[in-house]
Amino acid sequence: MRTPVFIVVQAVVGLACYLLFDNFGNDYWFFAGYTVLQYIVLATAWNILGGYCGYVNFGSAGFFALGAYTSVFFYNIGQSLDEMFSESTAALLSHIFPIPVPILVLAGGAVAGLVGLGTGYLTLRLRGVFFAIATLALAVVLETLVVNWQFVGGSRGAYVIPPNSVPVFGPYIQYLFALMMVLVIVALTCARLIERSRLGYGFATIRDDELAAEACGVPTLRLKLIATVLSGALMGMAGAPFPFYIGYVEPGSAFNLSYAVNSIAMPMIGGTSSWIGPLVGAILLGTLQQLATVTISSVLNLLIVGLLLIGFVIVAPNGIVGLVQDWIAKRTKS
Amino acid sequence: MSAPLLQVEQLSKRFGGFIALDTVELSVTEGERVGLIGPNGSGKSTLVNCITGTLHNETGSVTFAGEKMDGLIAHQRTRRGLARSFQLPRPFMSMSIAENIRVPLLYTVAARAGHHVSHGELEDRCHELLSLVALEAKASQYPRDLTQVEMRKLELARAMATDPKLLIADESMAGLSHSEIEDIVALLIKLNEAGVTIIMIEHIMRAVMRFSQRLVVLVSGKKIADGKPDDVIKDQEVVGAYLGS
Repeated sequence: MRTPVFIVVQAVVGLACYLLFDNFGNDYWFFAGYTVLQYIVLATAWNILGGYCGYVNFGSAGFFALGAYTSVFFYNIGQSLDEMFSESTAALLSHIFPIPVPILVLAGGAVAGLVGLGTGYLTLRLRGVFFAIATLALAVVLETLVVNWQFVGGSRGAYVIPPNSVPVFGPYIQYLFALMMVLVIVALTCARLIERSRLGYGFATIRDDELAAEACGVPTLRLKLIATVLSGALMGMAGAPFPFYIGYVEPGSAFNLSYAVNSIAMPMIGGTSSWIGPLVGAILLGTLQQLATVTISSVLNLLIVGLLLIGFVIVAPNGIVGLVQDWIAKRTKS
Repeated sequence: MSAPLLQVEQLSKRFGGFIALDTVELSVTEGERVGLIGPNGSGKSTLVNCITGTLHNETGSVTFAGEKMDGLIAHQRTRRGLARSFQLPRPFMSMSIAENIRVPLLYTVAARAGHHVSHGELEDRCHELLSLVALEAKASQYPRDLTQVEMRKLELARAMATDPKLLIADESMAGLSHSEIEDIVALLIKLNEAGVTIIMIEHIMRAVMRFSQRLVVLVSGKKIADGKPDDVIKDQEVVGAYLGS
């Protein structure tokens, strides 16, 4: 399938979901759907570095929170223009603020991408478990910074009040759902393009054998930096609308362990070798967690992830996509 | 006399207190077939790693095709025409045999400045290289499906896919049977006849003697002999190093 067709197919599926949920006449479907879509973006972003390059990132929550706090930062500036600037400057800036969420998504992506670049430079000479620990440490460092930064709410957190409704979309959650759907399309298209490109081959050689990759002319360090920037930027973009979705952000929610665990577990369960894996894993786990939240309790969410992850690591280490590929290969042989 | 293709000058490398290479000098002219031998731990692979940029030498310099290689990392040296194969084959296990060849074609040949290589040309070159090592029939299979000798051939084909001026074959025959060794030697000679300068590192003396036009001997990180194979193997220092004096 050619890329433009792929994008159109995704858009049609997204629109169908939107219209279906709208038909239910209950905003809950959009709230739950938004979470699943957010996880699709996070899992796809994680898979660019973790799945394609083999560098396990435990710091997804940090990149996600960077996007969220970029939004909070600009939102707070918009709220305190009169206090921060002279009257004339405030009047001028009031034409720009409040900044629309799509622009904040780009800003969140840029900030997280830049941090990804810096992290890459500092940590990509590390491998395996050392790299994973370094990314985990990054999330802890970022959380400590945010806790001590009063402008974005510090440890108390910050309120972000979205408007009740938006033209065309109606309720604000429907607007956020549509926005996250666009991000899903961007993330999946990006992942699919990478897989089929020279870059994808380069990433795979890094995962398989870096020494051999260098001997084949692959600039491994440069490619790893590209992967950390892309992965970080997409995670930041997924986090940017979060304050508007939840209304109140505090470090404990934005840097929540569940983001790190889910963004690893979803590609692992779906399969890391292809863009389909994180998509399948995120839909499966995201939906199960939403079901558990409304039927039993949200405290079960991480338990579900943990149990499924253990099961898949033992039974199907290549994930659902790997299982299907093996099944097709067996059928073709017989 | 023309300038050497590879010039290694006063090259030294330490690992902590252990001197792996001690002021090694090596010069290789274009089109040559050089054998590099030495007992285990003599520094052969370290020398290859320093020449190809996998390791950084503390002192000395490497000049290749008139250009100083010092400071260039491994992939930059590969792109300038300095290729290597590994002692233990290191194929990309998640890729098919054809994809293993496609990687260096994409990242070296197509990436060279001023070169535009079409998709069709890349595919043709890929098939050409696979047929050279008799792996064309297995193009869509994976490295796990290959025998030991096929794995060695894939390793050589992948190095050749970088379109090198100099190929360093690091123990390409270890663990192979007599006929398989003959296969690899014939292949290396064929590559040399096609214009590629080759340094062959090997323990199997029969293969070394058949292949080499010149023989260099390393012992304890020092070059102790360099000359015609028949003369070098009679050198008392070389005999002493191998058999014990």
